[in-house]
Amino acid sequence: MKLKLRIWRQSQQEADGRFVDYELDEVTPDVSFLEMLDMLNEQLVESGGDPVAFDHDCREGICGACSMMIDGEAHGPTDRSTTCQVHMRSFRDGDTIVIEPWRAAGFPVIRDLVVDRTAFDRIIQSGGYVSVGTGEAPEANLVPVGKELADQAFDAATCIGCGACVAQCPNGAAQLFTAAKVAHLGLLPQGQPERENRVVGMVEAMEAEGFGSCSNYAECEAVCPKGISIDWIARMNRDYLKAKLKGRTAPAHSG
Amino acid sequence: MSYEIEPGLENRNQVPDGEMSERWLDHRNHLSLVAPNNRRKFDVIVVGSGLAGGAAAATLGEAGYNVECFCYQDSPRRAHSIAAQGGINAAKNYRNDGDSVWRLFYETVKGGDFRAREANVHRLAEVSVEIIDQAVAQGVPFAREYGGLLDNRSFGGAQVARTFYARGQTGQQLLLGAYQALERQINRGTVTMYPRTEMLDVVVDDGRARGIVVRDMVTGEISSHAGHAVMLCTGGYSNVYYLSTNAQGCNVTAAWRAHRRGAYFANPSYTQIHPTCIPQSGHYQSKLTLMSESLRNDGRIWVPRDKDDERPPNQIPEEDRNYYLEEKYPSFGNLVPRDVAARNAKEMVDAGYGVGPLENGVYLDFSTAIERLGKDTIADRYGNLFEMYEKITGEDPYEVPMRIYPAPHYTMGGLWVDYNLMSNVDGLFVLGEANFSDHGANRLGASALMQGLADGYFVAPYTVANYLSDHLGEEVSTDSDAFQRTEAEVRQRVERFLAIDGTRTVDSFHRELGRVTWEYCGIERTREGLAEAIGKIRDLKEQFWSDVKVSGSGEELNAELEKAGRVADFFELAELMCRDALDREESAGGHFRAEYQTEDGEARRNDKEYSYVAAWGWEDDSPPVLHKEDLTFDAVTPSQRSYK
Repeated sequence: MKLKLRIWRQSQQEADGRFVDYELDEVTPDVSFLEMLDMLNEQLVESGGDPVAFDHDCREGICGACSMMIDGEAHGPTDRSTTCQVHMRSFRDGDTIVIEPWRAAGFPVIRDLVVDRTAFDRIIQSGGYVSVGTGEAPEANLVPVGKELADQAFDAATCIGCGACVAQCPNGAAQLFTAAKVAHLGLLPQGQPERENRVVGMVEAMEAEGFGSCSNYAECEAVCPKGISIDWIARMNRDYLKAKLKGRTAPAHSG
Repeated sequence: MSYEIEPGLENRNQVPDGEMSERWLDHRNHLSLVAPNNRRKFDVIVVGSGLAGGAAAATLGEAGYNVECFCYQDSPRRAHSIAAQGGINAAKNYRNDGDSVWRLFYETVKGGDFRAREANVHRLAEVSVEIIDQAVAQGVPFAREYGGLLDNRSFGGAQVARTFYARGQTGQQLLLGAYQALERQINRGTVTMYPRTEMLDVVVDDGRARGIVVRDMVTGEISSHAGHAVMLCTGGYSNVYYLSTNAQGCNVTAAWRAHRRGAYFANPSYTQIHPTCIPQSGHYQSKLTLMSESLRNDGRIWVPRDKDDERPPNQIPEEDRNYYLEEKYPSFGNLVPRDVAARNAKEMVDAGYGVGPLENGVYLDFSTAIERLGKDTIADRYGNLFEMYEKITGEDPYEVPMRIYPAPHYTMGGLWVDYNLMSNVDGLFVLGEANFSDHGANRLGASALMQGLADGYFVAPYTVANYLSDHLGEEVSTDSDAFQRTEAEVRQRVERFLAIDGTRTVDSFHRELGRVTWEYCGIERTREGLAEAIGKIRDLKEQFWSDVKVSGSGEELNAELEKAGRVADFFELAELMCRDALDREESAGGHFRAEYQTEDGEARRNDKEYSYVAAWGWEDDSPPVLHKEDLTFDAVTPSQRSYK
């Protein structure tokens, strides 16, 4: 099939960006969306052009690197998928596809479709862990964890940190990402001792990074490639309120 | 092909003597320590942030060293360990089915076709138990039973259930555990993280590793970092085949640059072709997707008995199906080790029994398991894998058998290290898949995660401290001739790529190199084929250096430039793989030489002549030198592997 691609081009963070149109022919339905961009880039390089920069790595939906708004939808038209899992069978001959980077105050554009998501790492730094040094752990079966609880914690823990939730949110909020980690660790017995400090630290870090606030649009849940539930946000808000009422603060930096 | 041979490397491997089960403990007891108040006086460089690098950086940071950690991804959480699906082995014997440290050790040595260093493997089995404890304490949500205790399953090459798992995302959950520990240390200020930063060379001065030269992948700035020790935790080199299950960015550059600076590269031809991947569907395919080997627990592998059977698989009755693994290997059946499963699948496809539109796969069928256990149980075990399969192929594996075919997946070869995980270059440590040490000629399932974390959490922190203790009070600095020289060479190389301005893309060269390597140094190798491949690789390399086109400049985010550097190193590695495969005139594990097989087509080892580690030393203008480390087996007796 033959496609028209309208792609956001921006040479660096400080530069102005703009849409540039490209045409691409002989795209087959079985290639993935990123392979389609590989085709475009090979043609651009061969013809002396400037290939489109985009983040990608595992190409199987688990590393969370790929990140594109495709026709206004984070990760494109396939449900519960990352961009790398979208295949061109989802498009038709003659389609125009608009491709943009994540757009959010918390994710500055670095180049073309590549954005800076280090804010997510800083949120994790502010409490998204269990403080256990190597070698300090007790025997693994010492603390039983009910299957249902373990499964719930797993569901929250499957977040791949791609940032689609932020990109799709009209407010550019990072609640779903933050809440998923708060829930994962807060559900498990191992996460209880730091539960209150953790939620305070992570929520405050999230706010400091310039992400917007949550107004329950639920767009985040709809585009999340791992299907993470917005119920976790309500849980995080409850945890946060309780912790604040008790006067809890972010975890101490000295560890 | 002539080359120099240097025996005696076994005398430098630092393997302790004594009872096998006491060696690690005894060795640890005699390693030197660095006192807590002195640790902050040491700078340690960790390259890579996967299970090995993430765990090592977090552990050393926690201990109080100054750690600098580098990764090419935008976040350490994205290292390729994240994609490991199946599980992690540990000799907990929770199932009371006869497991023990000894048995895990023995099965790993046997699975590696008796080409691994015995003492390293025993240590791996010992610390496997601690890894599970550590991960659970970090909040890794392993699968559990209704009583709340940890669940286990069995895995290829093992007769006990010792594999811990988190649905089909075990690597992700273990990596996030290490990543969170690492982020905690970053917050404490003990670790400085450099994401989007690629190591382009290691600085070796006076026989010691002094630091590294890196490129900031956003600005293009090239800079040097000095440390008392350098740890490479940079993964494997399966992407030499172009199409593999590895992430796009996985590369050999860090290891290869270290090799060119003096570190021996051991057993490069030991590569693992994973038996259960989705078959290739077309020319533009950029990677092959793995379907966890754990699927072989419940899936049955078959092809139609009649090559020309056109019926859809569900309409082919039992008597017309050839469950070739179950028939050939009655005691292990579908759970034979990876190399055996891969070679058998290739045999079936080569003989014309392949299934699917390109006739390039075999069936992996869950209908019997669904009938026996119910769809819910199967969904619980493999739900996300089935979903992934359906997304890629458009077929529902609950209804139609999966189609699978082998693909390059893991590389057992890597930089040579001694028992302390230090290469032959002083102060240069190599952890995880990047080293050669634990898997011999073939790795068993669920042991890559085990090795990465063992090295990172429980081995290197002791052995690196031991090394550092000799260097207390030494200043490190990038202000030396060696740093200036190395940095200048890195800059020249970047400029050279940009100056070629030829006609072909980096990817087109990589694809061609991949085809040659897969064809001649893949599942099956021959003397003639390997010799031919070396010629082809050299020609292609020459064309690359005269005709590659790298767009853009060095002072910006430039993916073409990044790829050019990696592919240039893959050319040299591919040649060494072929040389190594030529040298090894036997079949062992993932290295199958067609000339050396038993009458029924099994790998034929030659313990008398080839029971050695082949550690190659780089020479600028002459063929590499083969340093041999003879393998001796004190605790086990090498036997012909048999899974019948």
